Amino acid sequence: MNKQPKAVALISGGLDSLLAAKVMQEQGVHVEGINFFTGFCVEGHTHAIRKKDRARPKRNNALWVAEQLGIKLHIIDVSQPYKDVVINPKHGYGANLNPCLDCKGFMVKNALDWAEANGFDFIITGEVVGQRPMSQRRDTMPVVQRESGAGDRLVRPLCAKLLPPTLPEREGWIDRERLYDFSGRSRKPQMELAARFGFEDYAQPAGGCCFLTDQAYSVKLADLWQARGERDYEIDDIMLLKVGRHLRPRPNFKLIIGREEGENNFLEGYRRQFAHLRTLSHVGPLVLVDGRADEADLTLAARLTARYSKGRDAERVSVEVNTLDGERRTLEVAPLPSEEIPRDWIL
Amino acid sequence: MSHHELDARRLLCPMPVIRVQERVGELAPGEVLAVRCTDPGVVNDVPAWCRVNGHRVLDIAHDEDNNEILITIEVGRDG
Repeated sequence: MNKQPKAVALISGGLDSLLAAKVMQEQGVHVEGINFFTGFCVEGHTHAIRKKDRARPKRNNALWVAEQLGIKLHIIDVSQPYKDVVINPKHGYGANLNPCLDCKGFMVKNALDWAEANGFDFIITGEVVGQRPMSQRRDTMPVVQRESGAGDRLVRPLCAKLLPPTLPEREGWIDRERLYDFSGRSRKPQMELAARFGFEDYAQPAGGCCFLTDQAYSVKLADLWQARGERDYEIDDIMLLKVGRHLRPRPNFKLIIGREEGENNFLEGYRRQFAHLRTLSHVGPLVLVDGRADEADLTLAARLTARYSKGRDAERVSVEVNTLDGERRTLEVAPLPSEEIPRDWIL
Repeated sequence: MSHHELDARRLLCPMPVIRVQERVGELAPGEVLAVRCTDPGVVNDVPAWCRVNGHRVLDIAHDEDNNEILITIEVGRDG
């Protein structure tokens, strides 16, 4: 190849993808980054919603990585097509509702489509053999190559020496000898390489940056599917699973209870889509009702709303109930005692 | 110089960045895009996206109640 080879790097914002892209830059490859927004990304949303988290400085790690590398970053919204990965994973789930192997194949496939549309020659990932129990094993790495369609245009610079030579290596676009043979769950080789490149302050997400690897989140998503009788979701659904305390007192409805001012403000944006309650006599949460609630259900919801307000120890609390058809009324209720809230209501 | 506007209110990061990216892709170098946002994360993320992709932030302004943020961007030549 006479021209400079061009590669698109999957940039998660973590250390491995940062290093993989840097290794390729060191070999003279023109690298640009691609980052996929699935709707399940952890850091940005909770930070934006919860007021107490806003005191911490916030950065988008994928953009930070791109700045360290001096590369362009293309952030792609794949939240709609990604639904099929979450709902129908061909290779199943990991420990929670994380479809990691299907996810990796999906992302590499999308990166391949982008590379072909933009005149790029190959794809880089920060994968390391044996690092993740599902998607980064020696036997699953060829699965990603095959199912994504990327084949030997997929280069994993951090463990390439442990894998068969790829097209860019065979063609001499890159030098196999200057690639790496990292394997296993130890982070030491990556940290040493980071130090050699002079990278500091990089993100070290435990368990990745995806809510689907989180047990508590997965329980709420499974509950949503069970309650609706189908495995489907809208983007608003998965956003709301990140916010508030979720209680399902009855199979036909659940409550989403704001835990602090930031969450209450966020839930305010959903008032037109949900019946909702708020306390009038005491400071308290905004509560959304997800599902169909009858009169008895709304009374129970009002007592729970009172329970999670500053009036939890009062005899009576005034709760405003707003139904979906626009009716507004006030109920005077006794807060539900905590001993009358079974543990299995709390998702 | 053409002046364009984008409403990214109520979107949470990275969606405002994605919308900016889409809109900027339709504009010519030197054109100006004003983006209205509510997620405070845009104050970091939009300028970072502009820096890595060769665009320039001309101004970041907060409204009186500190609820809305207006970011003005000039589209770069290398974008």
